[in-house]
Amino acid sequence: MPLRKFEKVCEIINTYNKDKSKLIPILQDVQREYRYLPEEIMAYIATSLDIPPAKVFGVASFYAHFALEPRGKHIIRLCCGTACHVKGSLGLLEALRKRLNLTAEKHTTDDMLFTIETVSCLGACGLAPVMVINEDVYGQVTPVMAVNLVEKIMIEENGNETGA
Amino acid sequence: MNKKAFIYVDGIKAPINGERNLLEVIRKANIDIPTFCYHSELSVYGACRMCMVDVEGQGLMASCSVAPQPDMKVKTNTAEIRELRKIAVELLLANHEKSCPTCKRSATCKLQDLGRKLGIDKVRFKPINKQQPLEDASQVLVRDPNKCILCGDCVRMCAEVQGIGAIDFAYRGHDVAVLPAFGKSLDKVECVFCGQCARVCPTGALTAKSHVQEVWKALDDKNKKVVVQIAPAVRVAIGEMFGKEPGTVSTGQIVSALKILGFDRVYDTCFAADLTVIEEGSEFIRRVTQDGALPQFTSCCPGWVKFVEQYYPEYLDNLSTCRSPQQMFGSLAKKILPDDLNVAPKDLVVVSIMPCTAKKFEAARPEFLRDEIPDVDYVLTTQELGQMIESSGINFVNLQPESLDLPLGFKTGAGVIFGNTGGVSEAVLRFLNEKLTGNTQDNFEFTEVRGTEGIREAQVTFDGKTYSLAVVHGLGNARKLIENIKNGSCRYDLIEVMSCPGGCIGGAGQPISFDSDTREKRTKALYEADKMLQLHKSQENPYIKKCYDTHLGEVGGAVAHHLLHTHYKSRKRIHDADLSLMASKEAQQLEIRVCVGTSCYLRGSQDLLHALLCDIHHSDLKDKVDVKATFCFEKCSQGPVVRIGDKLVTSATLEKVKEEIESQLRKRQ
Repeated sequence: MPLRKFEKVCEIINTYNKDKSKLIPILQDVQREYRYLPEEIMAYIATSLDIPPAKVFGVASFYAHFALEPRGKHIIRLCCGTACHVKGSLGLLEALRKRLNLTAEKHTTDDMLFTIETVSCLGACGLAPVMVINEDVYGQVTPVMAVNLVEKIMIEENGNETGA
Repeated sequence: MNKKAFIYVDGIKAPINGERNLLEVIRKANIDIPTFCYHSELSVYGACRMCMVDVEGQGLMASCSVAPQPDMKVKTNTAEIRELRKIAVELLLANHEKSCPTCKRSATCKLQDLGRKLGIDKVRFKPINKQQPLEDASQVLVRDPNKCILCGDCVRMCAEVQGIGAIDFAYRGHDVAVLPAFGKSLDKVECVFCGQCARVCPTGALTAKSHVQEVWKALDDKNKKVVVQIAPAVRVAIGEMFGKEPGTVSTGQIVSALKILGFDRVYDTCFAADLTVIEEGSEFIRRVTQDGALPQFTSCCPGWVKFVEQYYPEYLDNLSTCRSPQQMFGSLAKKILPDDLNVAPKDLVVVSIMPCTAKKFEAARPEFLRDEIPDVDYVLTTQELGQMIESSGINFVNLQPESLDLPLGFKTGAGVIFGNTGGVSEAVLRFLNEKLTGNTQDNFEFTEVRGTEGIREAQVTFDGKTYSLAVVHGLGNARKLIENIKNGSCRYDLIEVMSCPGGCIGGAGQPISFDSDTREKRTKALYEADKMLQLHKSQENPYIKKCYDTHLGEVGGAVAHHLLHTHYKSRKRIHDADLSLMASKEAQQLEIRVCVGTSCYLRGSQDLLHALLCDIHHSDLKDKVDVKATFCFEKCSQGPVVRIGDKLVTSATLEKVKEEIESQLRKRQ
């Protein structure tokens, strides 16, 4: 509900005492509420902290951690670092994009269930290629495995919906 | 004092005289180290790596970021350095859109210049950047991301010197771009159009929007009479485009050139500046004697006016109501010239030549349109006029000077110095001195307001009463000054603000120059031009007196007020950033918009919003309203402001807002 979230944003800003130097933790906390950083909220943060909105946008767009577009319920992070690349991470990416109808420009499914992100290194090169779904890490993933994992979540989600 | 310290630049002894970095010492030793991201007026960034030098015992260093130490031995031209610079420029060129022949900065591009100087005859690398769209939504500035080399000069200029920060770096790695907030266009954010970003841009990534084609069209139209006004700062700078020294006064050549180009009459903005002095000086006396809002801020600079409207709406009453000289000229010209020149009002075209980019924005302000027709139809920068002269093949330097047309071309020296920081103040002091003391014999110069310091203070005493003045250039300095006024640490009666460093002579419409002494030379030339004139006080301008007699009536009277004065409004800083908080699915919901912009925020709009939302949530209104937080209804002085349906509730309280919601909902039933 937007109201509760907005109240939360105000609370976050107050927790950090409207301190300009706390912009990054504020953005992190706000993103936890919205799953991404809406433009209007960033403009609001800029006003509250008395810094230019272009600065807030600059910081938010710099870090891969911050999302500027709404993200899906499940975040799939694919490692495209050197080791994973060599071990075929591109194949995983293509297979997943194909299954979820996504492209290099479109990262989130229309039903807002999945977002695919690529990251530079997850620090688990021994398990290459590595894929992380939400908090769970999967190593030595093949395209078939990747698609299966995603389909499993889809079935669970369907169950949730019909059960509800 | 210790014995003098030296460094050795390529074996030659060079003194250290308090320079803040090695680069400056080396440049003074007559070695022109190339740079993209170094500007003496901005902070050191150290990104372009062009200024690499070899310091003995330390290796390669960016000379902009190294403090000079006594007896340092520096090499500036080794095979390694040459190769480094060459590769750096080559890499920049690889991604740079190389549309040089059609680029506005073709003749003044630092990248092109360095490519040539370093002897780069081939770019070995392929571009990896995708073509980005041009951003030219505003009437003033054009951003071409494809030409940007990411030196950050514009970003630092906007944030450090102007205190605005309308553009900043966004994204990362090879996606990095200089962008306004959220990638919006410049007219949707807090940009004041001073154009200083474009002035420091080494390439054509930021340029002023050209209106030359529109002016050619008007000149070609046989039915139109085209008149033109020239701003003071233009005459001391345009010569630079034709190989003259900065500070060469070329008023007469400008007049001849404009006549050849086909302008019917050539007038002087300095005439309107004289008019401004009289109106603004009289306004000041009125404020002092009738307890009006003090300090009085000058209002000649459109960048500064927009700045106040956006950031300091509580000081709008302190801005002089006088229109700027450009707009006074426009409104007067449209009033009196149709009769004088025997032309239908719709066929009179007023063009102005300005050192400024923000004047383009000013001319398009709705306050300055009459029946949808602007008082000033087209604004050209000094550069654009230079380009018109070039394209017509006129040999500018060898032109026989001609004189300006009367009556709107006659000025005093007071109007001429308007182009310098401190000039408006001095011109007004020359008027006040005579008005308040009755003394007409005094030396007319008030050198205490001249200078290059960002914030200057002066005290003048007229008839036993002392007035405090402040003269400011650079909007960052203006911000500092206002904050000091706000916290009570200083107090003034009259404050002159010009957005651009140096005043109008340093405007972004002036010919591009990266030399540090250009501004100084232009400034000096304007003061000298003042000396060369016979009259130095606006009130002595006979055509001004005549103008009041025949057209304007009394100074500050009804007609003068209508033609020469204006009003201001608080202004949104960012557009399209509404924040949806509560929306019902009903089609006919009542729209409620609560402002959370700075002024309202400080007046407690967040608490009001909170209380309102709780209240609605716990009542039966939930399904009937659509609540959003929004930014600025441009009524900042009466915040917090809430819009309910189409009604604005100012100084809003929860009770007032609830009452209005209920009354509107009742009406609907």
